[in-house]
Amino acid sequence: MTRMASFPLLSRVLHWLMAIMILAMLFIGLFMASSVGPNYHRLVTLHRPLGIAILVLAILRLGNRLRSSVPPLPDDLPRLLRRAATASHILLYGLMIALPLVGWGMLSAGGFPIPLWGQSVLLPAILPHNPVLWSWLRSTHTILAFSLFGLVLAHIAAALFHGFIRRDGVLKSMT
Amino acid sequence: MAQKPARPPMLALRWLGVGAVPAALALAFLWTSACFSPARVTQNRLMSELHNAGSYGHGFRRAHAKGVCVSGWFDASGEASHLSRAAVFHEQHVPVIGRFALAVGQPYAPDSTATVRSMALRFTPPDAPEWRTGMNDPPVLPLRDAHDVSDFFASQQIDPATGKPDPARMKAFGATHPWLKSAAAENAHRLISSGFADDTFHSLNSFVLSAADGTTTPVRWAMIPTQPVAPSDVQGGDHEYLFRKLIDDIHGHPLHWHLVITVAGAHDAINDPSQIWAQNDQTIDAGTLTLNSIESEDDGPCTGITFDPLVLPPGIQPSDDPILQVRSAAYMRSFSLRSGEKHSPSAVTTNLIQASESKKS
Repeated sequence: MTRMASFPLLSRVLHWLMAIMILAMLFIGLFMASSVGPNYHRLVTLHRPLGIAILVLAILRLGNRLRSSVPPLPDDLPRLLRRAATASHILLYGLMIALPLVGWGMLSAGGFPIPLWGQSVLLPAILPHNPVLWSWLRSTHTILAFSLFGLVLAHIAAALFHGFIRRDGVLKSMT
Repeated sequence: MAQKPARPPMLALRWLGVGAVPAALALAFLWTSACFSPARVTQNRLMSELHNAGSYGHGFRRAHAKGVCVSGWFDASGEASHLSRAAVFHEQHVPVIGRFALAVGQPYAPDSTATVRSMALRFTPPDAPEWRTGMNDPPVLPLRDAHDVSDFFASQQIDPATGKPDPARMKAFGATHPWLKSAAAENAHRLISSGFADDTFHSLNSFVLSAADGTTTPVRWAMIPTQPVAPSDVQGGDHEYLFRKLIDDIHGHPLHWHLVITVAGAHDAINDPSQIWAQNDQTIDAGTLTLNSIESEDDGPCTGITFDPLVLPPGIQPSDDPILQVRSAAYMRSFSLRSGEKHSPSAVTTNLIQASESKKS
């Protein structure tokens, strides 16, 4: 079996940290949007700082990805899978950054104060108060979240396909 | 490929491994969305129950659909400043946007004496986080938790044969929710005032005030009018008589209410808005609300926001009252639905308001 180079340590740490945060965030978001209590308020209060943390980490991670070396995919990987890998990674980065921004923007457009921590630390509005825009962004937030969840599932399936079926070292390169 | 091909049974097992994790996550996701828990009260369930109970939709609030925007300011008395560090209890002339409404799902329903009235307010101190509150005129809320709310909405379902809620269903709700009996009786015996201006509005839910030194105090509050209270007098024929009266009253002179805070006594229920509090509780006059301007919802400043009772500044915290979260979640969902719909004109139009103004001059 050919040894494949690993991702740098920082990349791997960022990947697994964000994997946990994003999965937690998707479940928290879905649960709170379909619930009216008893943990609704607690989850909404957690959803905002966690989203902002993901946004900051995603931007750092994008910078890291563009600067650091990425181990090449195996030579024998079919072209279609290779393209799918690249496209899905671009989409993952895009959604990691877009989802928190849409969330922040929708609360801005809805005229809500946006507490980040406790009741005193508020985020500024990034969009003007506009209820039509709020409604549109609120729906967009849901659609993007479901898209991200689908993409995460495909990403996990692809990683396990590399690990269990192809056994080509791609899964190992991130662990 | 570098490795040896696996034996077929092993390969099947490995494929199973590939599929198992995403499948488990997808199942967990469906569970989270309440797909497998029909008993859970969800935001969508409340919205569809309101719809079936005759809520109009079409750009209007799902509940308290008939309303009007008001504005003015709040002057703190300073009496509550030792209980809460919220700016609103310390400052003078804090700007206020508000909304008076009737607790109906139909924005064109005729005004009626029996309908619950509400006052919703948004306080925006210039240098501190804002505070929003929505209050009703009955002294207590005859609903204890999310299931009560859902059951109550369901009991209000419109019977297609009569176009009205089925009295048998409403009676059944009372019979199956005996713990709400005392609250319903309390509200049934209340004095109904002549209009919005001489009405008292109650916070219903309990909150916790927190002072600069960290002490916390569970409270409820009420807006008590300085206008003399007159008993209700029905004005037959005019479908907007309550709103017309409010418009005339505000155009006549600014209206005032005292924000009276009630401190919970030893035996008062903090987490149950259906329980009335003891009559001898300590009360504090926290300041005076002045409302001097009224506008139609059609382009008024109260339309593009929701009076979410969990939009609270430092110094006011939510209590464990489960209805607070039900209101917060349901208002947000109602707000996102109505904001995406085309809005027809409110029953209380700008013309109606201007007609009163020109009558005065």
